[in-house]
Amino acid sequence: MRNIIDIINESVQRAADMQYGRDGLNIIVATNRGASIAAAEEVASGYGRGDTMPLAGVPIAVKDNIATLDMPTTCASRILAGYISPYEATAITRLRKGGAVVVAKTNMDEFAMGSSTETSAYGPTRNPVDPERAPGGSSGGSAAAVAAGIVNIALGSETGGSVRQPAAFCGVVGVKPTYGRVSRFGLVAFGSSLDQIGVCAKSVREAELATYLMSGLDPLDATSADVAVPPMRDAAQSDKPASLKGVTVGLPAEYFPDSLDPEVRARCDGAVEAMRALGATIVNVSLPHTALAIPVYYIIAPAEASSNLARFDGVRYGPRAANAADLRTMYDATRSKGFGAEVQRRILLGTYVLSHGYYDAYYRKAQAVRELISRDFTSVFGSGVDLLFTPTTPTPAFKLGAVTDPYEMYMSDIFTVTANLAGIPAISLPIGRVRGLPVGGQLLAKHFDEPRMFLAAEALESALGQGAHQ
Amino acid sequence: MTDWSKKYEMVVGLEVHVQLKTRSKAFCACSADFGAPPNVNTCPVCLALPGALPVLNAEAVLLAVRAAIALGFSVNLKSVFARKNYFYPDLPKGYQISQYDQPLAVQGTLHARIPGETATRAIAITRLHMEEDAGKSVHDRYPHMTAIDLNRAGVPLVEIVSEPDMRSAAEAGAYLRTLKQILEYADVSDVSMEEGSLRVDANVSARLHGESKLGTKTEVKNVNSFSAVERSLQSEFERQCEMLDRGENILQQTMIWDASSGTVRPARSKEESQDYRYFPEPDLPALILKPAFVKKVESDLPELPQKMRERFRSEFGIADAELDAVTADPRIAAYFEGVARAHGDGGHAARWVMGEVAAALNESATRIQDFPIRAPQLAELLDMIRDGKLSHTAAKAVFANMRSTGKTAPVIAAELSVTQVGDDSQLEQWIDEVLAELPAEAARFRGGEKKLTGVLVGAVMKKSKGRADPKKVNALLGKYSS
Repeated sequence: MRNIIDIINESVQRAADMQYGRDGLNIIVATNRGASIAAAEEVASGYGRGDTMPLAGVPIAVKDNIATLDMPTTCASRILAGYISPYEATAITRLRKGGAVVVAKTNMDEFAMGSSTETSAYGPTRNPVDPERAPGGSSGGSAAAVAAGIVNIALGSETGGSVRQPAAFCGVVGVKPTYGRVSRFGLVAFGSSLDQIGVCAKSVREAELATYLMSGLDPLDATSADVAVPPMRDAAQSDKPASLKGVTVGLPAEYFPDSLDPEVRARCDGAVEAMRALGATIVNVSLPHTALAIPVYYIIAPAEASSNLARFDGVRYGPRAANAADLRTMYDATRSKGFGAEVQRRILLGTYVLSHGYYDAYYRKAQAVRELISRDFTSVFGSGVDLLFTPTTPTPAFKLGAVTDPYEMYMSDIFTVTANLAGIPAISLPIGRVRGLPVGGQLLAKHFDEPRMFLAAEALESALGQGAHQ
Repeated sequence: MTDWSKKYEMVVGLEVHVQLKTRSKAFCACSADFGAPPNVNTCPVCLALPGALPVLNAEAVLLAVRAAIALGFSVNLKSVFARKNYFYPDLPKGYQISQYDQPLAVQGTLHARIPGETATRAIAITRLHMEEDAGKSVHDRYPHMTAIDLNRAGVPLVEIVSEPDMRSAAEAGAYLRTLKQILEYADVSDVSMEEGSLRVDANVSARLHGESKLGTKTEVKNVNSFSAVERSLQSEFERQCEMLDRGENILQQTMIWDASSGTVRPARSKEESQDYRYFPEPDLPALILKPAFVKKVESDLPELPQKMRERFRSEFGIADAELDAVTADPRIAAYFEGVARAHGDGGHAARWVMGEVAAALNESATRIQDFPIRAPQLAELLDMIRDGKLSHTAAKAVFANMRSTGKTAPVIAAELSVTQVGDDSQLEQWIDEVLAELPAEAARFRGGEKKLTGVLVGAVMKKSKGRADPKKVNALLGKYSS
C-alpha cells in the first residue's frame, strides 16, 4: 500500500492546483493542505493500530454546503463568505472514522438551488468532459471533481436530483440514499423534507462504500431512520457481473415520453437489454402522477427554503451590511447583497406559497399531490416490481449559458425529482454516450432497499463495461 | 369616575406562556438554567448555525403532558410541530418552533377560585401547545447598540390559551392564581412572573350587558404581576368603555401596560399585520404519544390543590379560610400536612403554620424547604402546648429559639426553664404566697370580688416567671373564694 500521507498530499496538490478555476474548470472552492495532511497522519496511525478503515487514506471532496472543520462552508454564497463551521456534519465524522480524508470543498449552485452550477457566487463550474458545457447541478463541483480525476469519491447533496443529474452529465455514478438513511446534521438545509447527502463516485462500488459508511441513525437528526445499515459486501470475486435472476425491473412509461432524445432512448434500451441478459425480468409500468412532480417540487422546496434561509440575517455570522439605519434596513441590505438572483427568486416563491390565504391553495395541495406521487411508487413496488429503470435526465449536458429560462432549467430535473418527493433511494450510472456526451441511467428502489439497488447497478455497470463510457 | 361595569361587560381571554423546568433546552442539550453569563448556554442548534437540526427533549414532553393533564386537558396522541416564521435578532433561526393546527392538548377546564367565594368558576381553556422561547434583546447595555443573549433561546415553553370566558379583572386574576397554583402542584414550572417563567398576554373587549356578540379586542402586554394584570385590564376596559360611549370604534391593537403610570398605551403600530406563514416543521417528526405513557403521567401526577383541599377538610376538619391558606403553596401544604399528621390537631397546626411559621419565613425571606424547624419538630412543640407543658408565650419563645439553635422543643423548654407548671401543690404554694403578699386584694377576693381573679392570676404568673398554667391557677383560685 502506498503511503497514505503521500496519497493525500498528491490529492490536495491536485485540488489546490485547480482551485479558483486555475484549471479553467472551477471545480474546487477550498483546500487546506495542513489540515488534510494532519488528518492523513491520524488515519495512518489509526490504520497502523489496526482500526477498521474501509476508506483508509482515500481522499474525498465535499460539496460546499456540508459542514467541515478547517475549510469554509459557504454554500457558494456571498452571505456565508468566509464562514467556517465550528462543528462538522455527522456524515463527515463517519467517513473520517472510516479512514477518508477531506481534501477539498467543491463548487455548487448557490444553496444548492440550480441544475447547472451556474448560480454559484464563485462562478460556474465547467464540465470536464466538455468545458463548453455545464456539469449539471447543484452538486456540479462534486461530479466534476470525480470526472476530472481529482478524487474518486465526492459528497454531494440532493433535494431534487442534485447528485444524480450532474453525475449523469459528467459520466460518473451518483447516489441519493433513502430519506433518513444518512444524517442531515451538518448539511445546510434547503428543502428539509427532501434533502439527503449523496455520493458522486467513479464506480458503484465506491459509491456504495461511502453511502454505507455515512448511514445509520443519528441522535442529532430526528428524521434519520433507525434502520440497520446493510453489511458491506465482499469485493467482487470475478469480473463477471452478478446475476439479476429473480429481479423484476419496471420501465415507467412516463419517463420514456415520445419527446425523449432518441439517442438517449437508444442508450436506455441498451441498458435494459443488458439487464435482461443478466436475468432480470423487464416489465412496463406506469407512475401516473409523474407530470405533477416538478410543480409540486417547486412549491414544497422553495417553501421550506424560504424558512430555512431565514437564519442568514447578518446577526450571528456571515457578512452584515454596514451602516444600516435600522434593523429592517440591515436585513434588507444584508440579504439583498448576500443572496444571488436564483436564491432570492426561490425565497420569494416560498414566502408567497406559505402566505396567509395561499397556503391551502399551494402548500397544502402540493403536499397532497406529493402523497399521490409517493403512492404511485408504493403501488408499483407493491405489484412485484423490485426496481425501476429510467433515463436520469431527458438530455445530455447542455451548454453553459444555454438555458436562461428558469422553468426550462427546472425541467432538467423531471426524472430525478420524484425520488426526492417519495423519499426512495436512487442511483445514476453512466450507460453510454451521445454525441460524445455521457448519458446516465437511473435505478430507483423502494425505501431502504439500497442493497438491491447497488447490486443491480454494479451488475449493470459491469455488463456495460467500457461501453458505458463510449 | 364612572362605574362602567353597570353598563358594559368586560370580556377577557388569556394567553399564558409557561417555562417548563427541564434541565436542558427543548431541542438541544444546552442547559436551560436561568442566570448564566450571556450566550454561555448555547450550541450550534440554538445558535441556528448552518446545518444544525433540532431534536425534541423527552423531559419537555413529559412536563408538557403533565401540565396538560393537571389542567384537565384532553391530550392528543398525535401532535405536530410547526414553524412560526418572523425575523427578529433574538430569534436565531428566523422562525420559532411551535405547534399550530395540531397542538399537544385541547379542551381543558380550569376551576378558578375567586377569593371570598366558596364556589369555583369554570373557565374553558382552548389549547395547550409546546414551543421554544426566543433569546433576549438587551437595548440598554451599550449605547446605540442592541446586545443579544441567546441563553434563553430554545428553552421549552407551553402556551395555555383560554376562551374569552372571564368577565372581570378579578376573575382574570383568579384564573391566573389558580393556574399558577395547579402548575406549581404539578411541578412543571417555577411559574415566576418576576423571573419570566410565567408570562401573560390578555385579550380584552367590552360590550353592553346582554349583548351576545364579542366586541373588538385589544391585547394587553408587558404586565409583570397578577395584580398588574388586573389593574391593566381594568384600565384598558375603562378606556374602551369611554370610547364606546362616545360612539367610537375600538381599534384592534396591542396595548402596552405602563406600571409606573398605571395606564396602557398603544404599541408602536406595525407597518403591516404579521403573517407568520406557519407550516409543519419538517425537521421533526409528528409527536406520537403512547396511551400507556399518557396513563403513566396521569397516575404519577402529584395531588392537585382541589383534591388536597377536600382531603385536608375531611382528614383534619379545618375551615375554608384555613384550607385556602395552607394549600396555597404545595410545599407549605406538605409541611402543614406533616405537622398536622404528627400532632393530630389540624386546626392548631394550621394556625401555627400560617401564623408563626409564615411570619418567620416572611421575616427571614426563607423558603419553607429551607426552614430550620421541620414538621415533626413543630408538631412536638404543638404537643407540648396541648399537654399544658408550655404557655402560649413560652411556646413563642421556644419557637424562636428552635429557629436559631435547631434544638428540639423539650430541650429548649428545659434550658429556658419555661416548662409550664401544672402541679397542684406547687401552684397552691405560689397562690398562697401571692395572697400573703397582697393582703388587701386577698381579702376582697375572699369576700367574693370575682373580678380580682385576673389580677391574682397575673401575679401568680409573674411569681412563677410565666411557668404556671394559667387555666389551672384560675381553677385553683376558685377554692379560695367564698
